[in-house]
Amino acid sequence: MTTGLALARSRAPLGYAVGLAATVLLVLASFAVGSRPIPLPEVAAAFAAYQPGNDLHLIVRELRVPRALLAILVGAGLGMAGTVMQAVTRNPLAEPGLLGVNGGAAMAVVLGAAAFGLTAVTQFVWFGFLGAGLAGAAVFFLGRGHQSGADPVRLLLAGAGLSIVLGAAVSLVILNAGLEVLDTFRGWSAGSLEGRGMAAVWTMAVALVIGGALALTLAPSLNALAMGESMGRALGLHPQRIWGLACLSVMILAGAATATAGPIGFVGLVAPHMARAVTGPDNRDLLPLSALFAGCLLLTADIIGRVIVAPDELAAGIVATILGGPFFIYVVRRFRLARL
Amino acid sequence: MIPAGQRLLRLGGCSLLWRPRTLAVGAVLLVVAGALALALLGMGTIRLTPDRVLAGLMGSEDDGMATRIVRLLRLPRLLTAAIVGASLGAAGAAFQSISRNALGSPDVIGFTTGAATGAITGIVLFQTGPTETALAAVGAGLLTAFTVLALARQRGAGGGYRLILIGIGCGAVLTGVNTMLMVKGGIDQAMAAQIWLAGSLTGRSWSHVGPAFVAMLLLLPVLVVNARRLALLEMGTDIATGLGIHVGRTRMVAVLAAVGLTSVATASTGPIAFIALAGPQIARRLTRAPEVPILTGALTGAVLLLAADLLGQVAPFRLTLPIGLTTGLLGGLYLMVVLLQRDR
Repeated sequence: MTTGLALARSRAPLGYAVGLAATVLLVLASFAVGSRPIPLPEVAAAFAAYQPGNDLHLIVRELRVPRALLAILVGAGLGMAGTVMQAVTRNPLAEPGLLGVNGGAAMAVVLGAAAFGLTAVTQFVWFGFLGAGLAGAAVFFLGRGHQSGADPVRLLLAGAGLSIVLGAAVSLVILNAGLEVLDTFRGWSAGSLEGRGMAAVWTMAVALVIGGALALTLAPSLNALAMGESMGRALGLHPQRIWGLACLSVMILAGAATATAGPIGFVGLVAPHMARAVTGPDNRDLLPLSALFAGCLLLTADIIGRVIVAPDELAAGIVATILGGPFFIYVVRRFRLARL
Repeated sequence: MIPAGQRLLRLGGCSLLWRPRTLAVGAVLLVVAGALALALLGMGTIRLTPDRVLAGLMGSEDDGMATRIVRLLRLPRLLTAAIVGASLGAAGAAFQSISRNALGSPDVIGFTTGAATGAITGIVLFQTGPTETALAAVGAGLLTAFTVLALARQRGAGGGYRLILIGIGCGAVLTGVNTMLMVKGGIDQAMAAQIWLAGSLTGRSWSHVGPAFVAMLLLLPVLVVNARRLALLEMGTDIATGLGIHVGRTRMVAVLAAVGLTSVATASTGPIAFIALAGPQIARRLTRAPEVPILTGALTGAVLLLAADLLGQVAPFRLTLPIGLTTGLLGGLYLMVVLLQRDR
């Protein structure tokens, strides 16, 4: 078993290399592709020989650079949150979107915007944290998340119920609030990365650093807890404390991702499984690799969304759902839904 | 021997087992539905007193305005609500029995979303009218049902829950497809589809009542006839086969009838959550009977939908409450209550 683990760890550098290469290629593609295609030499010129009067240069620097950065950061946040949730619940289907954490953040953000007239992302990211935390706690208790290894479906059902309620509530608030709220959140509620600006990028970056660092420091403890609560206790861990801190990191990561890009599902489900296929179950490699892969996934979804219904755009969250749903079904069919 | 709590009725060569409590519950539900209907017919921009409502229903010549309002505007809406509620309640009872799970309703399994996909495809890509839209919804609902059933049928764990999880996955994908179709369509069709998706009883005419009524007339008896076989199926495939039940055929017939009811209901009003989930469960609790609550479920479903419609009309602060969203909100809460109750 030790050799197996060692072998898997030795494959981690390969995973990082592939992930980074894919990210670079996708970033280049996302600069070039859109309702107004821009050839790559022109993209290069936008950075090397910037002309403020050139429309194409403006599009690349003002619109597409923040958008690509946001996709990578939000994806990374969702991927890490998904990995932590799968580790804590030992449930291969755990994910911030499916379990209603993103829905909670969305509800809080929309309520904050409707009640207090907030418009800046730096303001409503706090509501995102709050909503993600509340929804996460509710689903964890309702679904008995810490015993989810024994009854994996219960957690999913609790999440589905919560998502239905929160989704309907978000629609109701948006319908009944003023026109400016409708305008702000119409694209956002579908999970769109369009026109979020650099403020969203910075907010997400800060949250990713804090939440990601917290998750990474927890990784060894989560590895130990994967063998079960009593085994973890015997190894000298405090399961409750670790669960609490893990939930805090999920709250920061998923709350910020939802506040900046809207509720996006399935990215946090797919990326950890891809990463696990490369490195095996060690959370120390799984967390950064999932973040890298998830960033690539969301960026891919965003690029597809720009092409598939051109000249209109499809929000990245919707593309992620259409592509991620079949993967979910695959996991349901493949795994014996017992323990991870 | 007659089981406890049941009576036997003999008519020549035919005999019928009936249960006084079930009959009483059914009567009470009918009365409640009647009261709700009277209230709904009287309410609106122009309020009508109960006697004017009755005069309008009778089509009296003296009160032409009441006749027009009741017969042309409010009665079709009311009948659509009642028929859709009843269809969803009966279909939900059948689905829950087949999946042997209190949560196995068509909304959770994703059939409702599939029917919506068909309807939106019709509206957006082919600019269909109400009848073609209904047909498209039925076709797509059936297709989704078969896909989910086929995917859930493989070996592996999860049992009845597999069906639900696969349904959740398919429902998510189809929701995404629905949004994509709406982005793809022109702004007018997208608006029509958006309104349709929210689930609404507004502006239902006799052309909506017709198909839903015919479907109920044809498919509800199929479920009623099969109710006893379904109840035996709940004991497990082996026992049911031993008792002389053609398991595969019974299941297929019941699924087809239930999917048909759900699809036509969805085609008439747009997706309405919660009714198929909660109707049969509430009926079962009221009657305390072990049978599959097809008819009582249908009655409860009708009462629930009429009550939700009334709630939407008397909502405070001029809130806009599309009926599909109201029921969605209540349905999700109900799902969580069911989960909490399992702890005991």
